[in-house]
Amino acid sequence: MKLTLRVWRQKNADAKGKMVKYPMDDVDEDMSFLEMLDVLNEKLQLAGEDPVSFDHDCREGICGSCAMVINGTPHGPQKNTTTCQLHMRHFRDGDTIDIEPWRARAFPVIKDLVTDRSAFDQIIQAGGYVSVNTGSAPEAHATPVDKVSADDAFDAATCIGCGACVAACPNGSSMLFTAAKITHLGLLPQGQPERQTRAISMLSKQDELDFGGCTNVGACAEVCPKGIPLASISQLNHDVLGATLAGARAD
Amino acid sequence: MVLTQQRNIVTRTWGSSVGKKFVMAVTGVIFLLYVIAHMIGNLKIFFGQETFDAYSEHLRTLGAEIFGYEGVLWIIRVVLLASVVLHMVAAFSLWYRAKRARPVGYQHKGHQGSYAARTMRWGGVIIALFVIWHILDLTTGTVNPDPAGGAYAKLVASFDRPVVAIFYIVAMVALSFHISHGLWSATQTFGGNSAVRQHAFKTFSIGVGVVIAVGFAIIPVSVMFGLVR
Repeated sequence: MKLTLRVWRQKNADAKGKMVKYPMDDVDEDMSFLEMLDVLNEKLQLAGEDPVSFDHDCREGICGSCAMVINGTPHGPQKNTTTCQLHMRHFRDGDTIDIEPWRARAFPVIKDLVTDRSAFDQIIQAGGYVSVNTGSAPEAHATPVDKVSADDAFDAATCIGCGACVAACPNGSSMLFTAAKITHLGLLPQGQPERQTRAISMLSKQDELDFGGCTNVGACAEVCPKGIPLASISQLNHDVLGATLAGARAD
Repeated sequence: MVLTQQRNIVTRTWGSSVGKKFVMAVTGVIFLLYVIAHMIGNLKIFFGQETFDAYSEHLRTLGAEIFGYEGVLWIIRVVLLASVVLHMVAAFSLWYRAKRARPVGYQHKGHQGSYAARTMRWGGVIIALFVIWHILDLTTGTVNPDPAGGAYAKLVASFDRPVVAIFYIVAMVALSFHISHGLWSATQTFGGNSAVRQHAFKTFSIGVGVVIAVGFAIIPVSVMFGLVR
């Protein structure tokens, strides 16, 4: 199939970027989106041009590296799918495809489609952990966990931290990411002692890092490749409200 | 760390993005309760001029033994005004935050999220402008063709101007969208949402929005079609 790509090209963090057109003549519909970009980059390299920089690692949909906004939708048109697992059969011959980096002040562009997403690491460092020595796995019946909490915690734990939620959010908020971590840890017994301070600290870090505020638009959950439910944010709000009323502090 | 400086509950709440949403949710619920009461009161127009004007007067004498003439009404007005200020300051603060969070926009715009959610901000501005007009028109009578008339006379005189009636209806559509998203958003903000209940909450909120819009808009429509004279 023949395609026209319009890709955001930006030499470095300080350079002014622009969309550049690349015609693609021979795209196989069984290629993944990243393989299609590999073909483009081979062509660019053979022509002595600078290849398009993009993040990728596992190409199995679990590392969360392959961040790109395809035709205005993070990770492209297919639901619950990362860019690496998106195949060209979802596009039509003759299509023009716009490819842009995540857009957020907290995720500055390093080059082309590559953004610095270490802001997420800072949110995790603010409280996305359980401060106990886990040791070897305990006997499974020692601490009962009800089925609903176990399932909800597991659903939230599938977050791969790709940042699509931030990219899609009209407010540039990282709320779904933070909420996934808070739901994941807050529903399990090990996460209880730090539940209140975790909610307060992670939210305060997110606010401090220039992410926007959540207004419950729901764009995040629509594009999330792991289908993290929007209701996780309600769980975060619940914990933050409880912690605020209880006067929980991180110090 | 920032946290240590925010020991009082007011600054801790107001200082966080979620805290501001709590403020918006609480004030939003105040508006919603008021709007429902207002709508039910308005529908008395269909019982005739005497009933409607008596209702209008009753609102002013309500609790007059304790709070004086129009006392209760003024208490409600002050609460509403304070809520409007808090709701708008929080909204503009989050709006500014959102603008700051994405300095470079997308070339290819996506359309995720419901229409109601994406139009909350401008919809809110339209409603605020409408409320100003509405007070000047039907409360103070400043821009009303029959400023000296009673509540019923002012209402009919106002909606006899088709442009005003249509503006009223458009504002009610905006209000309907605002409530459809706002009420659901408040449940989410209060932490009451869950993946299982989400659909029911959203549907309920849309229902409330539609019922309120129809309940209000039916009056200018009735005036335009001569059902209320």
